[in-house]
Amino acid sequence: MTEPGAIIELRGVAVTYTGASRPALRDADLRIGEGELVLVVGPTGSGKSTLLRTLNGLVPHFSGGTLTGSVVVAGRNTREHRPRDLADLVGFVVQDPTSAFVTDTVEDEIAYGMETLGVEPAAMRRRLEETLDIMGLADLRERSLRELSGGQQQRVAIAAVLAAGPRVLVLDEPTSALDPVAAEEVLAALHRLVHDLGYTVVLAEHRLERVVQHADRIVLVRDGVVSALLDPAEAMALSPVHPPIVELGRRMGWSPLPLSIRDARRRAGTLRTRLSALGTGPSTGEPTAPSVAGKSADSDAALVNTDRLSVRRGVVDALRRVSLKIGPGSVTAVMGRNGAGKSTLLAALAGQLPATGGRVLVGGAAPERLAPRDRVRVIGLVPQDPDLLLYADSVAAECQAADRDFGAPAGTARALLARIAGPVDDDRHPRDLSEGQRLALALSIILAGRPQVVLLDEPTRGLDYPAKRRLVGVLRELAADGHAVVVATHDVELVADVAHRVVVLAEGEVVADGPTNEVLTGSPAFAPQVAKILHPLPLLTVADVTAALDQAS
Amino acid sequence: MPHPTRFGVTPRMLHPVAWWVWGVGLATAAAHTTNPWLLLLIVAVAGWVVMERREVGALDSFRPFLLIGLFAIALRVVLTIVLGNGVPGQVVLVDLPQVRLPSWFAGLRLGGAVTLESVVAAAIDGLRLATTLACLGAANALASPRRLLRYAPATLYDIGTAVVVALTFAPALVDLAGRVRAARRLRGHSGRGLRELARLAVPVLEGALDRSLDLAASMESRGYGRTAVRGRRDRIIGSVLALTGSAGTVAGLYGVLSSSAQGWLGLPMLGAGLGLLALSLILGARRDARTAYRRDPWRAPEWVTCALGMLPAALLTYAEGDGWPGITLIQVPLDWPPLPALPASAIGAALLVAWLTPVPPRLAHARATILPAQLEPA
Repeated sequence: MTEPGAIIELRGVAVTYTGASRPALRDADLRIGEGELVLVVGPTGSGKSTLLRTLNGLVPHFSGGTLTGSVVVAGRNTREHRPRDLADLVGFVVQDPTSAFVTDTVEDEIAYGMETLGVEPAAMRRRLEETLDIMGLADLRERSLRELSGGQQQRVAIAAVLAAGPRVLVLDEPTSALDPVAAEEVLAALHRLVHDLGYTVVLAEHRLERVVQHADRIVLVRDGVVSALLDPAEAMALSPVHPPIVELGRRMGWSPLPLSIRDARRRAGTLRTRLSALGTGPSTGEPTAPSVAGKSADSDAALVNTDRLSVRRGVVDALRRVSLKIGPGSVTAVMGRNGAGKSTLLAALAGQLPATGGRVLVGGAAPERLAPRDRVRVIGLVPQDPDLLLYADSVAAECQAADRDFGAPAGTARALLARIAGPVDDDRHPRDLSEGQRLALALSIILAGRPQVVLLDEPTRGLDYPAKRRLVGVLRELAADGHAVVVATHDVELVADVAHRVVVLAEGEVVADGPTNEVLTGSPAFAPQVAKILHPLPLLTVADVTAALDQAS
Repeated sequence: MPHPTRFGVTPRMLHPVAWWVWGVGLATAAAHTTNPWLLLLIVAVAGWVVMERREVGALDSFRPFLLIGLFAIALRVVLTIVLGNGVPGQVVLVDLPQVRLPSWFAGLRLGGAVTLESVVAAAIDGLRLATTLACLGAANALASPRRLLRYAPATLYDIGTAVVVALTFAPALVDLAGRVRAARRLRGHSGRGLRELARLAVPVLEGALDRSLDLAASMESRGYGRTAVRGRRDRIIGSVLALTGSAGTVAGLYGVLSSSAQGWLGLPMLGAGLGLLALSLILGARRDARTAYRRDPWRAPEWVTCALGMLPAALLTYAEGDGWPGITLIQVPLDWPPLPALPASAIGAALLVAWLTPVPPRLAHARATILPAQLEPA
């Protein structure tokens, strides 16, 4: 039986998948109380998803494998209850909501779960209206699911499981694919569910900077070993993955560690006075590269040159009269909400979409006119889903194919991979690599062609902090080698770390364009954590802060 | 708020079963004629109704089906040119060099004379298939199969899962294929040609399979198939009835649709199949623990739609059997086909549904408020 107050109880849970030599999860002993928001933290491939999937019995009923120990949710043991028998108790939201939709419209999708549970039509009608209101979806009720933005889709996915009336919600990376504002929408909705309505929420997320301040408890997972339920500040002091706010706090020796911007600002009063006394002017926080503003104005040196570029997709103007000049030796970040035209801009630069107005010149030539074979020497694009670039059945074969594709000397791609990702087993199947390793492999393949311009579309989706740090190093090296690097991303912390210049798009138009610290510190949505804590000082990263302090001493 | 339309009907979605009966009716009519005028008329009617009554944001499956149809015609013609189709023509277009095949290839030939008659016969055969596909595409666009599936009896739960997963698999496959091809070009390949196609197959299939598994996991955790178990016997009897019923219906439909099959196979078989299906429906409904959220009502427009779809089906089936002129064309010698008045008007009548059915709510709203150019979502 469950203890009073605990709604989820895991006792000595270990999971071994069929054919695996060691357990994917072990020693899980957790008692999660009612009305708690529990955050599961760990590097990619550590067993977070497995842990979440044991909570409604998807592991082992759906996934196969062996589960020892016991998982009991509100008195129901997953040993005897299949996921469908727990549907009225545990709502499970998968990572990509679009792949989980069963129907076509918002209303039908929300009603679907209640229909399968056999809720009375009158009660169903009432509950559906309530759910629409709780999740703020009333205006969208008749819309087709395919037309919604990423944040709206995620809210529909949550509403759809919520309507069935569960007491526990389990979410796997609900904000990874979302822009900062849409992510805030989803998290605010979850916060409301926990605080106003007493739901129990368990979620896994890589973007800790977004969620850590909402968590009541944190569970750390590392190589399948599950920690006890920890106090968030305590957990962050231990965790190998942590957001910038925690890094700053650790560096400054703050205890207890502040987790929200508000708490950190209160603690940082003395730090701010100290830094401004040091005369941290606007130029100190600038990344190492020479002044980019001057460089981008020089049109002769520009590798990427768009002049009033417009692209129509269907009946939507995805880009409107965008004029940009990007010089060699720089990293430019393209930001903006989902659907603002970031991916369209990269696709147009890579010659995948024709311009409907204006023109694009990359390395002095119009990209869509070049034959694919020649184009890859000028522009390399790593698409949002790096798996699309991988076809072979082993890492070694993939790298050899890349050398052949780009006419590079044998071993080029393999050497690049070793430099970017460290040691990777040659015989592994690309699909079995971790998310970070797959991105590194895709990037090595593209770089084997030595393109002058390197474009990356949303590269940090699903990357943990160490993998992100390696990516930052690689991008800096590329810029130092004279490549022009353009990154489309939602990840403000990455931008703060690596970009010299930020271009913000909204509805296909450029709404801001300038040096990183100017654009980011001035924006409430896109400011990184350190900038928010130290506002109005123009410092963006923990490295900036330490550098300024070191300079003084 | 509902927007009254010109005809005083409140905008709502027509019952999906009505749209499918109408679409299948037109498809049946197409299967019973080789007159290209009638076939083209059917395509035009289907296309017009889709334009008039497709809900904003619904998947436009009419166009892809039409494209597949065009491909079918082209394939038919090319195969006929290369292999011949046994139509004894007199007007020789080209005389291709014939390859002598060993005697055990009896009945097959490669190359040889290509006659106008055989090419026309092949094109019309292809057109008939293309028309049938267009009708199904129209039904698809007017009422998505997922909506239709909500009315499937509980007895068909397992088949229902398979259908939903398959329905997700196919569009995901097309979508992924496009993206993988684009990615192929990023590695300096053209993404065209047969060898490239083979290269694309692995990542596309793997990706689409992943998505389908995700969907299955989500359906499972949302309680799909969680019917109250009211006795194993009921379930088995229901399933057996439903399966034999479906098999009988399919066989019967084949009999009715294909002119070459024996007459006895057709209508009685169809009747028996439908009877069994109805029985399984009743049994299934008895043990169905699901409830329905805002089911579409079945009112006069639904009856009218069904009737207008079945009318050309019935008329052309009868006309073909009775040997009316202009329904089945003579292949040799070639002649300009006539346009038979009565069948043409029956098909034309099917167009009336474009006015006699209620407008879908969002389309009505869009027509009332937004400029026509902005009707289409991206």
